[in-house]
Amino acid sequence: MKARGNVFKYGDNVDTDVIIPARYLNSSDPKELASHCMEDIDIDFVKKVKAGDIMVADKNFGCGSSREHAPLAIKASGISCVIAETFARIFYRNAINIGLPIVECKEASKAIKSGDDVEIDFDSGVITDHTTGETFKGQPFPEFMQKIISSEGLINYINSDN
Amino acid sequence: MGMTMTQKILAKHAGLSEVKTGDLIMAKLDLVLGNDITTPVAIDVIKNMNKEGVFDKDKIALVMDHFVPNKDIKSAEHVKCVREFACSNDITNYFDVGQMGIEHALLPEKGLVVAGDCVIGADSHTCTYGALGAFSTGVGSTDMAAGMATGEAWFKVPGAIRFNLTGELSQWVSGKDVILHIIGMIGVDGALYRSMEFTGDGVASLSMDDRFTIANMAIEGGAKNGIFPVDDKTIEYMKAHGQKEYTVFEADPDAEYDEEYTIDLSTLKSTISFPHLPENTKTIDEAKGLKMDQSVIGSCTNGRIDDLRIAAKILKGKKVAKNMRCIVIPATQDIYLQAMEEGLLKIFIEAGAVVSTPTCGPCLGGYMGILAEGERCISTTNRNFVGRMGHVNSEVYLASPAVAAASAITGVITDPAEV
Ligand code: SF4
Repeated sequence: MKARGNVFKYGDNVDTDVIIPARYLNSSDPKELASHCMEDIDIDFVKKVKAGDIMVADKNFGCGSSREHAPLAIKASGISCVIAETFARIFYRNAINIGLPIVECKEASKAIKSGDDVEIDFDSGVITDHTTGETFKGQPFPEFMQKIISSEGLINYINSDN
Repeated sequence: MGMTMTQKILAKHAGLSEVKTGDLIMAKLDLVLGNDITTPVAIDVIKNMNKEGVFDKDKIALVMDHFVPNKDIKSAEHVKCVREFACSNDITNYFDVGQMGIEHALLPEKGLVVAGDCVIGADSHTCTYGALGAFSTGVGSTDMAAGMATGEAWFKVPGAIRFNLTGELSQWVSGKDVILHIIGMIGVDGALYRSMEFTGDGVASLSMDDRFTIANMAIEGGAKNGIFPVDDKTIEYMKAHGQKEYTVFEADPDAEYDEEYTIDLSTLKSTISFPHLPENTKTIDEAKGLKMDQSVIGSCTNGRIDDLRIAAKILKGKKVAKNMRCIVIPATQDIYLQAMEEGLLKIFIEAGAVVSTPTCGPCLGGYMGILAEGERCISTTNRNFVGRMGHVNSEVYLASPAVAAASAITGVITDPAEV
């Protein structure tokens, strides 16, 4: 499994309120949520993002509330993977459970810049920045994790098992 | 490389000989827990699965504790939904009014969690069972649903911080003061992603109830779990509370820790967390004298028999101050009964406190002791966030049962040694 796209780069402590502001939580429709994704810190994100693009951030991405709406909004906006130095624990679980691939890699999160063309190989964990030619080693996803992601989340994964 | 105690339990449940920090694993679960708030959401998720029934009707515990006996129609509907699910799936360990207690006090007491177990619960204080040498952690309702259906959950293997405890606690200082001191030291995200592993000679002097209190609040330090080694006291506790077979895991001598702290228990003082974060700690000398309106003694942190005994010792023959309310909530029916047999309830009532049936009640601002604007509560609970116990302009001060009881008598934050 691979992902490749243009990078949107953010800093430390991107919280769930920034990812999807609480004023939009009266909807749980992923498309509706995606139309407001990141708007409080990056008004252009929704206009510019294309299917397959990649989000890169620094420390503690997804901190704040435990709302599953946050990873849902990111995923529905077309983002194929989030790379960060670290993720907040509940966001991490929620992301995997709804089928949004996330990778922790300090070096990549430091070096990659907005607009870079980046590719991630989930089998090997290798992250390649095609713009700069640099490669980084993130953690490969074990097989069951790849299955959760490729079946679009934990519930579908369990359903498809039978 | 050696593994921590938590890593060894996780490796075993994943069927692996070794795991490392950061590994993603799929582990078999010994118990899946939910309460009256989180279970209805998980039941909704389960309805979207094409799995019939649950993985094991004996390994699911559903505890109706937050708003029961039901405080309003909505909470009654929630419990009804869980009751019907428990009934139709023939869940063995469904605890409703009359049998229920606060989940994290109830499960160890019923012998449903033992050393070496791997447990998830849709409640953040599921980390309490680390006191027994089990791995247990809080998850969301989707995880709970998947756990109930399959008996498995995925984990990212945590690293650990080691707390080496030495010495013995002085009088009136208890497990609550130990964990508040630690949270004050490392902060509310100090142990993010990681385990808190407690070791050292000092552990032996801590009662099981002290250990439950300490492991319970590991989450307030950001930890995934807190865990204690298994010793004679643990084994005695497990034997007294059930027949389930246990397994003792020990950290490898060469296990690696991200950080290590040594804490001499004899130097600790009564500790109080000021609003609005558990890390805002002060010692009793810095805190005393502040006026309070209510004192709550209970919750999954401090509603056990040791806690009630300490409070009764202080309240015996005394009166709760005028303009002060004191609310005592034994955490389970067994604790309630034992407190009655030991004469503790009589002491509380004669002092002018109220004694409630087991419930989470005021801990999360549910009912049974909600604060009005501007009011302050000294409480043995675990969170003092803005509005946690009522009005957004009310304040919660976290403390031990000894401090909460002493303060109930005087109406101000009080050193238990001085009443
Ligand atoms: S007593 Fe408080 S912290 Fe414990 S389970 Fe109940 S609401 Fe949660």
